[in-house]
Amino acid sequence: MATPKYVGVETEYGIAVDGPTEVNPVLASSLVVGAYRDPGDRDVGWDHTDEHPLRDARGYEAPDPHEPVVDDELGLANTVLTNGARFYVDHAHPEYATPECSNARDLVIWDKAGERILEDAAARAAGTLPAGSRVLVHKNNTDGKGAAYGTHENYLVPREVPFGHLTRQLLPFFVSRLLYVGAGRLGSELSDEVPFQLSQRADFFEVEVGLETTLKRPLMNTRDEPHADPDRYRRLHVINGDANLCEVATFLKVGTMLLILDLIEDGALPAVPALAEPVTAFHEVSHDLTGTRPLRLEDGSTATALEIQRRYLEACQRYVKDRDRDLDPVTAEVLERWEAVLATADDDPRGLAGQVDWATKLELLESYRVRHDLDWTADQLKMVDLQYHDVRRDKGLYHRLAARGRIERLVDEAEIIAATERPPVDTRAWFRGECIRRFRRSIVAAGWDSLIFDVGGEALQRVPMMEPGRGTREAVGDLLDSVADPQELLRRLTA
Amino acid sequence: MSDGGQKRDSGRGREEEPEEQVDTDAETEASAKDLIDDVDDLLDEIDDVLEENAEEFVRGYVQKGGQ
Repeated sequence: MATPKYVGVETEYGIAVDGPTEVNPVLASSLVVGAYRDPGDRDVGWDHTDEHPLRDARGYEAPDPHEPVVDDELGLANTVLTNGARFYVDHAHPEYATPECSNARDLVIWDKAGERILEDAAARAAGTLPAGSRVLVHKNNTDGKGAAYGTHENYLVPREVPFGHLTRQLLPFFVSRLLYVGAGRLGSELSDEVPFQLSQRADFFEVEVGLETTLKRPLMNTRDEPHADPDRYRRLHVINGDANLCEVATFLKVGTMLLILDLIEDGALPAVPALAEPVTAFHEVSHDLTGTRPLRLEDGSTATALEIQRRYLEACQRYVKDRDRDLDPVTAEVLERWEAVLATADDDPRGLAGQVDWATKLELLESYRVRHDLDWTADQLKMVDLQYHDVRRDKGLYHRLAARGRIERLVDEAEIIAATERPPVDTRAWFRGECIRRFRRSIVAAGWDSLIFDVGGEALQRVPMMEPGRGTREAVGDLLDSVADPQELLRRLTA
Repeated sequence: MSDGGQKRDSGRGREEEPEEQVDTDAETEASAKDLIDDVDDLLDEIDDVLEENAEEFVRGYVQKGGQ
């Protein structure tokens, strides 16, 4: 029986400042992150104690030239929010990392909460700049001029599942899932013959497996930094996906992965079609709007992205049917929607407009292009492409489509707004977020797997949180409600 | 552009109840016109909210790299 899975998604947002003064993107990102707090509140720092970004899942520590600088030393803004998320500056972008979620629906809610936080923070940041300044934030992954920035999914997987096994079983899935994960873009980094493609990120991937995330990007990233008990867990760091606005796309992106990881853990995933050249296939799938392009397999035959997806779907359907317990409603919905999306794509992938981002955006671009009689390379079309991702609900084109009922929604706006302040109740994010909400003045730093308190004693006190499934409302809600102050909390925790 | 959920529902309806597919031409034309009007409204709105200096904005949109 597969162990419970947890997921979090980190997104580096695009940022642009428009106004009388030039503001560099690192400073702009810092202003955005710093603007999102109440006056008088200081940021919660980040605890880097257990961070090992250069540890490789293949079993060694890389002697890497790109040693990351500790953000705090540069004075870059970093904070941890009451909803359990980390909000900080990374690589000249404001980055929002969701709290740990136990299921795909919660992930959609807390990922969307990030969009609202960025929208609010950018408006506040503009207020700190000279009059006439605007800070525009986009949930996208490329500027269309050679720069790419990431949306990374993180899945907790038991350490016993061999990394090589994960790679073999997942590469064909990553390549074929672009059909619903792609956020779409005009043009290509690789060819002048591609007016529009499924993925924002695909062209930037160069190798199958590797540790890098900013150069020679690998389809399968080997960073071995579990942010949890390293003897029990690994964190699968998936860097090949796009940032999605469509809730159905985010839901499927993480929902399918959570289920497939259960199959892999239980040894229930049958042999998958091994691609002869996964990186080339990744580009090919992205550049093909039909899903029917034959991809070369190692055994000399071919398979299309749709056929590969169907193999995974059928394996998952068999797996849940064979299990002798009730299917949880979220997983049931993942399977139902996955099947429906593949059926639509089988007919015509463009029929996915309103459910997945690339098809929604393409339909919009097509109508706009026809109305104004534009060439595919026109700047107005590039503007439509970019503004689709604008997080402002009154200006972002995704949001204008959603307001007209053209986008299928999965969660209520009220749930999203609540999630900008409250953590998920059934992961350790609950303990992190609630401690920050209740005892902010006594918390000097937080990490995914720790909280560091300063309660006035000789030393700071670090509370480790090595189990992502512990620290839930059910487990520690009464304790938190019953303590008068953080000193008492620490006494009771260590008693 | 169609709402995904509605689209699937109408698809299901077609399979199960083919006899209901006897739309009159007038009805079909009316709904097609509604659809076109709706897209026109949408494109009007896009023209309203779209960044005014598209050319300048798009050219100036340069991001520093990331992960």
